[in-house]
Parts: sequence; structure tokens; C-alpha cells
Amino acid sequence: MSEAAAQAPAQIPVTVLTGYLGAGKTTLLNRILTEAHGKRYAVIVNEFGEIGIDNDLIVESDEEIYEMNNGCVCCTVRGDLIRVVEGLMRRPGRFDGILVETTGLADPVPVAQTFFMDDDVRSKTRLDAVVALVDAKHLPLRLKDSREAEDQIAFADVVVLNKVDLVSEDELRQVEATIRAINPTAKIHRTTRSGVDLANVLDRGAFDLNRVLENDPHFLEEAHDHDHDHDHVCGPDCGHDHHHHAHDHDHDHEHGHDHGHHNHGEVSAIHDVTVQSVSLRGGEMDPQRFFPWLDKITQAEGPNILRLKGIIALKDDPDRYVVQGVHMIVEGDHQRAWKDGEKHESRLVFIGRELDQERLTRSFEACQVKQ
Amino acid sequence: MPTVAPLDLDGHCVAAVFLDGVPHFALADGTIHRLDHGHKWTQVHDGLLCATVEQTGKTLLTGGEDGKVCRSGGEAEVEVLHEAPRKWITSVAAGPQGVVAFGSGRTAFARLTNGTIKQFEHPRSVEGLGFAPKGLRFGVARYNGVTLHFPGTEGKPVEMEWAGAHTGVTFSPNGDFLVTTMQENALHGWKLSDGRHMRMTGYPAKVKSFSWSNKGKWLASSGAPAAIVWPFQGKDGPMGKPPLELGTRGNTMVTAVAFHPSEEILAIGYADGMVLAVRVGDQKEILLKREGKGAISSLNWDRDERRLAFGAETGDCGVIDIAG
Repeated sequence: MSEAAAQAPAQIPVTVLTGYLGAGKTTLLNRILTEAHGKRYAVIVNEFGEIGIDNDLIVESDEEIYEMNNGCVCCTVRGDLIRVVEGLMRRPGRFDGILVETTGLADPVPVAQTFFMDDDVRSKTRLDAVVALVDAKHLPLRLKDSREAEDQIAFADVVVLNKVDLVSEDELRQVEATIRAINPTAKIHRTTRSGVDLANVLDRGAFDLNRVLENDPHFLEEAHDHDHDHDHVCGPDCGHDHHHHAHDHDHDHEHGHDHGHHNHGEVSAIHDVTVQSVSLRGGEMDPQRFFPWLDKITQAEGPNILRLKGIIALKDDPDRYVVQGVHMIVEGDHQRAWKDGEKHESRLVFIGRELDQERLTRSFEACQVKQ
Repeated sequence: MPTVAPLDLDGHCVAAVFLDGVPHFALADGTIHRLDHGHKWTQVHDGLLCATVEQTGKTLLTGGEDGKVCRSGGEAEVEVLHEAPRKWITSVAAGPQGVVAFGSGRTAFARLTNGTIKQFEHPRSVEGLGFAPKGLRFGVARYNGVTLHFPGTEGKPVEMEWAGAHTGVTFSPNGDFLVTTMQENALHGWKLSDGRHMRMTGYPAKVKSFSWSNKGKWLASSGAPAAIVWPFQGKDGPMGKPPLELGTRGNTMVTAVAFHPSEEILAIGYADGMVLAVRVGDQKEILLKREGKGAISSLNWDRDERRLAFGAETGDCGVIDIAG
């Protein structure tokens, strides 16, 4: 497991913008490029297309996925990004951040992995957050015909639920429930015409181990409140009432762990969900067992794991230990001291496919300090 | 004693070279500076991405973020050889008789002596370019190998395959070997007569700089705490042979290498700005320049065989005179 790199302030934050064609990415990009928010962004796009701004910080780039020659099928990077980021970073000072726009069909994983696996890119930039734009009206349809649409949501730190004016409140709740089913940890922002507050999109520090969970003080707590296992519907901080759907969904999960095979009629969109999440909770962990376990799980299940995040209470350790990962890449570090009265509890979420909840739960619990 | 004449510039130095005996420094901001009876400079690009000296040794080819490919040098007017607005020109190579190859996205271009431009489309990005020493032939480093083009004829390209992303390409001076830098921390080589592979691995970092010794007996490379120098004197190149490690330092990495034009002496630039010269025969080291502000990004000898131009990522450039 790699130690978290000490992130020098010189590292430029990178925001990855995913979303299906028509979800509103171009509108959001145009806003970021034109609104007076005091920051300048270099933007890497697949095609200049409809960006109506002539700006020499907009770079066109062919999405170029390179498999690394290390025998790991999920170790992929975006070769074009390595080249473009290297070029941009030779002239720092012109911009405060980099935005990467992906095509509608893009797999977000190689984009993210580029910022962990390439040493040159990693030394000069840091991945800030992956933002997925979702068209509230068309998401159910997208999920039927595209695994990419689902991956983009599953992988996101922030979901901008756009065009909410085109659907009823009922439809909106269903779409949100679907998003929650795919990704219980992302923040969801409802908006129209990509009008999300840019502060909710930029400079999130979602991959920064020191901030990853500070941003999200209720990380996984909702699960505890509503459901002893996990709660895929009412995630933290979304600020809406999901009670009704939560009920449906709880029911769903009492019976199984595979969303794809459960259809209770009302939440029909979830029929097309193949991504699942597994939330684990436990007490203090024995580091001698926990770290080998995490290594083994991520090695064996890496291709199926899209994201993982967690706070771990390690035996005899006064500090909270935080981990996050993408496929087989896992980072962990001590974050801060446990506060007085704070329960020394370990929490870990996996988002992915074909995850064996029973086995994960059992093996995770076996890493606990024996009472 | 070697002496250093510094030239402190502001910006990443892409190429520090001599053109007709005059030191030139091409920076990422698109300016090209020269020390020709004083410090002079020209704005050639809006963002300069790549540069290489032409075979005459008198002119510099550059490609930029502005989509331009330019030929410049000394006081001559900058010649724009090609222009495609908003397309980054990410690599450029110099061929015989003023032939120029350049790459942008998935297209490689060859500009022939008479000015006509031929286009070669590739299914994946053109990552690096290099000309063969004989005949009109150049290689395109790409994902999973190298494509060899013959722009002077209608001949079909030749594909050299090896899994992985190849980012740069060079031919040995005798034309027997083709070597690529890779996205992995490795070089890959092919013996052109029989297509046999050479895997040159063990680097802790990516190889970004390489240099052949005068007659092609050695290939020096960056990417490690020492310059890694592969033996190419035998008919099978470095197959089964370990490389030399020259100028090993414990606390920094080699970032640029340049073989002397005639002697087996290697100039080595480091991430901390130091420059050493090391003789291959007895591995004797001479300090040419102390640590600077940042990593040496370009290092090239003059044809007079006694001066060395250096440039750093942090803009501290200059000329080392080894005879003092």
C-alpha cells in the first residue's frame, strides 16, 4: 500500500467531468470558463464542439486508453492526458486548475488512474473530484442501453442531477433513488441548465485523504440510522425526503445483494442497475489482519471494484486511518486523532460489480481485534 | 577547469542546443533565446512543445500548442512550415535534405524537401518520431509498437509490434536497431534485420532522454540515479548484456544525457541541476556544473566538441565550456 503522497501546494487540482451526451457538460464548462469566480481553468476536451469560447487554455485531445504492461487488466491510463498535462504543466501560472471533459461513452476509471499511476502527472497534479452530470429525464433510458452511464455515476464524487424541471417530483425521487442505489456516497445536487453552484463542483478534495471524509461528516452514518446493513437510497447530505423509497429499498436488500434482479415495480429504473455497493462496519481492526486482507481483496477483486472509501479504527492507534481506492490502487494514511467520546469504529464502502457481500462482510469482521 | 556561463531565463527549457555554433534555448512559452554577442530572443510559438536540431546543425525545428511547425535559427526569419490552428504539434523530427516529420493527434506528417506534405493516419496517437540514418524512412512510436513510413515512395508502412505504449523512438546510427522509450519504465528495442526483441528494463522512472555515442556503440538513457548505458557494439546489441551505470548518485535522478560528438564521454544532467561528464572507458567523473534550481531538461554538445548547452525545467540555462 502506498503512503499518501505529501501534497505540495504546487499541485494543480484536476476535476473530471463525465456525463452522457446531452446531460449538460458543455453548458457547465461554459459557465466555469466565463463566470467570474476568480479562478482560471485549463480545459481538456475531446472535441471543441459547442464550446463557444476561443481560449488558448482549451485543448482538444483524442481519448487514448493505454493498458499498462504489468499484467493487470484494470491498470489503464489515458495516454493523451499524460501528454497534455505534461505540456500544460510546463507553463504553470496560467491556470489554477485543470478540467477534463470526457465523452459520453468514456470510462472514467482510466482518467482517474492516470493521476495515480503516472509519476510525472502525479507529481504535478492531484485529482480533485469526479463529477457526473446526469440528465434527470433520460437517465432511466441511458441505464438501459449503457453500462458507461452507470459507471460514470458509480465512480462519481459529485452527481449533478440536471434538467430537474423536465420531470415530476415523483420521477425525480425515483431517479435519485437509482443514483443512490448505484452510488451511496456521492453528493447529489439537483439543478436546471447546469446551474449548480460551482463551489459544489470545483475544489472538492474528494481524493485527498485528509479531506475525503471531512467533506462528508455523515459518511456512512445514515446507513446506521436506517438500516443495519446499508442504505442505498438515502445517502448523506442529499437533503431530500427519501423515506418512501428507502422503505422499498430496504426491503430489496434484506433479500439479496444484487440490484439487477430485484424489481418491485415502482422503482423500475433500478432494474437496469448492475453496480452495487457493499458497506461494512466493524470495531477496531487488527492491522496485522486488516492490511493483508485489504491487499488481498483489492488484488483479487480489483477489476470489480470501482471505488472504495473508508475510515478504519486500528488497534492501539490514536489516529483515524482513512483509505480510498480505485480498482487495485489503494491509498491510506493517518488522518487525525479520534476525538474524545468518538466511537472507535471502522467503516468501509465498496462500489463495484459482482461483489460478494457475505464473504466481504465475514472476512472484514474477521480482521477485528478479538475481544 | 570547466567554466559555466549562465543564462537565467523564466520558464521550462525544452531544448538547449547549438545552431551554427550559437547557443539557443527554446522555452515552453514559445520564446527562443540565443547568446549571439549578447542575449537576444524571438517569440516563435504561443506555447512550444517540442524541438529538434536539423541535420545541417544550423536550424531548429519546433512544434507548438499553436499548431505551428517552425524552422528558425540565428537572425533568419522564422519559417512556418505548417499551421493547423488549435491542434497541438506534439513531436517533430529532422530527416535528410531538410525533410521534416511532425505529429499531431493521430496523424503523422512528412514535409518533403520540395515543400509537399504527406499525411499518415494512425488508429492511435502519434507519440514520438525518429528518422532512420539512411534512406528516407521514419518511425512513429505508438501504442503497441512502431510504424515505419517511407515518405519518399508509395511503399507500405512496416509495423513493429510490442505490447504497451511507446512514447519515443530512435534508430541506432548504423541503422541496425530501433529503440523506443515506453510509458512503462523501460526501453524496448528491435534488431531490424530479424525483428528480434530487446527488453531494456529496471528503470525506477520513465526514460525521457537518450543519446547514442558517436559510432553507436553505446546508448545512454535517463530514468535512474545513474545514466544507464546499453552496449550496442555486438551484432545482437545489448541482448543478454548488462548496461553500464555511469555517474551514480544516491539522492537524485538522471534527467538528461548527451554523448560527446566524437569521444566516448557522456554528459549527464540530474534532477537537482548538476551536470557531470563521465568517460565510458574508466568511468572517471568531472563536475561540470553544480546543483541549480531544478531538473536539467535539455543537454547538447556543440560540434566544436568543447561546449555544452544546458537548460532546466526552472529556466536556469547556460553554456559549459569544458576547456575553461
